[in-house]
Amino acid sequence: MKPLVMHSGVTAAILRTNIDTDAIIPSREMKLVSKQGLGEGLFASWRYTEAGGRTPNPDFILNKAAYKNTSILLSGKNFGCGSSREHAVWALAEYGIRVIIAPSFGAIFYGNCIRNGILPVTLSDELIVELAEQIQDPQKHQLTVDLINKVVISATGLSYPFVIANGCQTMLLEGLDQIGVTMKSGKTIQMFEQSYRQKRSWLFE
Amino acid sequence: MALTLFDKLWADHEVAILEDNVSLLYIDRIFLHERTGSIALESLVADGRMVRNPEKVFCSMDHIVDTHVGRTDETLVPSGKQFIQSTRKASHAAGIKLFDINDPWQGIVHVISPELGIVQPGCTLICPDSHTCSQGALGALAWGVGSSEAEHAMATNTLVVKRPKNMRVNLVGQLPVGITAKDLVLHLIAQYGAAGGSGCAIEFAGEVVEALSIEARLTLCNMAVEFSAFTGLIAPDHKAFDYIQGKPYAPKGKQWEEAMVYWAGLYTDADAVFDKQITIDCSHLAPVVSWGTSPQHACSVLDKVPNMPTNIEAGDEASYLRAYEYMDLHPGQAIDSIVIDAAFIGSCTNSRITDLREAAAILVGRKVANGVKAICVPGSKAVKRMAEAEGLDKIFIQAGFDWREPGCSMCFFAGGENFGFRKRVISSTNRNFEGRQGPETRTHLASPITVAASAIAGRIADPREYLL
Ligand code: SF4
Repeated sequence: MKPLVMHSGVTAAILRTNIDTDAIIPSREMKLVSKQGLGEGLFASWRYTEAGGRTPNPDFILNKAAYKNTSILLSGKNFGCGSSREHAVWALAEYGIRVIIAPSFGAIFYGNCIRNGILPVTLSDELIVELAEQIQDPQKHQLTVDLINKVVISATGLSYPFVIANGCQTMLLEGLDQIGVTMKSGKTIQMFEQSYRQKRSWLFE
Repeated sequence: MALTLFDKLWADHEVAILEDNVSLLYIDRIFLHERTGSIALESLVADGRMVRNPEKVFCSMDHIVDTHVGRTDETLVPSGKQFIQSTRKASHAAGIKLFDINDPWQGIVHVISPELGIVQPGCTLICPDSHTCSQGALGALAWGVGSSEAEHAMATNTLVVKRPKNMRVNLVGQLPVGITAKDLVLHLIAQYGAAGGSGCAIEFAGEVVEALSIEARLTLCNMAVEFSAFTGLIAPDHKAFDYIQGKPYAPKGKQWEEAMVYWAGLYTDADAVFDKQITIDCSHLAPVVSWGTSPQHACSVLDKVPNMPTNIEAGDEASYLRAYEYMDLHPGQAIDSIVIDAAFIGSCTNSRITDLREAAAILVGRKVANGVKAICVPGSKAVKRMAEAEGLDKIFIQAGFDWREPGCSMCFFAGGENFGFRKRVISSTNRNFEGRQGPETRTHLASPITVAASAIAGRIADPREYLL
């Protein structure tokens, strides 16, 4: 996975609340038996003029010339709520989104982001609105996110500190795969399992 | 120290504490389905890993299979056949138990897992489907995960989990006739918002919960995720033990006795502390129906489409306006005047035998209104067998319902079958998001009896008028 240490990029604000995984990638776009090829389906219901079509809707922010290379999203609360489909995160990642800033996230979605190299930044509603105002000017729609110092920096130089669990931070910084990390604790798991199996033998039948 | 049920389940599965509030938890059961199963299994193999303990992994064909009688691997979902066949192949290769299309126990994962005794009190169970929380109804810690987490659990029998907060929802009073678990939970979400349970493991408790059947409890916990909860759970009682006993995967003999000893301790201690508590008096509830595009957009069937709340936040305002527009409704319209095009009884929320019995009791001797397309999809082969043995299939068919083979069916739109552009559906499912049941399809969530009553009336209807 691509490590994420410091990232600067074009930021698009889609300030709706409860942007759910169906909106991020509609079910009909999940046609592939693989993780690849989903970027095209990102926000399909908003991005294209008709369901299943590919004619860009000129009103949708990501279709505007100034936002062609968007890699940071600014959103309303509860981003990524809804289904547990990881396709939503795969689609975002393939499209090129590296950071999502919102007041809160769907719990499953948040974890999926970390596992797939996307940084979810939680900032208060007020700060999101403030940031949205700052990036309104297409000259200043670039934000920088510094994951080591846990801070978002706007084009005007204002900085917004955020909080992230150490484990999540390390995984993103080092581009680590969680399974590999856990497998290093193989012995601990085995020891736990031995005594657990004695106590709960019926779960091992 | 006094512990909650959730605290006990967490502690019993804690392999290691990784950092503040993040633990490595032992996972007892993993359920896959054909929508993502092959991706997870194949991606595991591609990374040179294997399923650590195949006996703990199960897979069902439910999400995109065809539900017409006489079905095959063919399905209307684009490339659905490929999903089905690659999941079959990957499951066989991994040596895990697959409930294939023609298996006598096939059905929706959250219906068959309790039905077979795969989920048990005190176990941890994960599945790459957000409604896995349903299974907490039996006193298990069960939650929906992403594909990568399913891979992680298969490879290591553990998961890295951030510890949720403890929340209790006390449902007190006496549930009036004609009010179901679905109404209760929609009411809860409407009152406290779709994010009301965010970050919490929610224990449902109180005399109303105690009085609910296991199947109704499964419905209640099913919707915990629509309340943004990590999961829902209910302390297992004699009803839960009776329900499990004798199921194909339930412990037997001496192990049953041992299990019962452990299970008997699975309750919240009297003086345990919750981070958050909600108490709802259920004595005066009316049937609840959703009118908008979030489960929090719900109200009594006797109400009118509400005005936007005056104290609404900026972002919520846009989503309210969009909901009116998408649903083609305006504030002040009486809910029970809304004319429907279709009625759907199915999904892991409400497709169990008691749901079908209750709906059939309304449909018997009556006919679906002209022009309404009505479909019933039993949650599992076992439910279907039971229903047919009781003659419920005939009642549904005579009333004008399609009677289908088990699967998720039109709970969600995957590019296959759907009710049609801008059609209005009253549905016993769990999500009314835009496009959930098809392109611009308008979904009204309700209990199976409200769906049945509405199918007959041709508009959203109060089921109590039909409960004679
Ligand atoms: S019925 Fe619907 S909610 Fe339930 S498992 Fe299937 S798709 Fe998910």
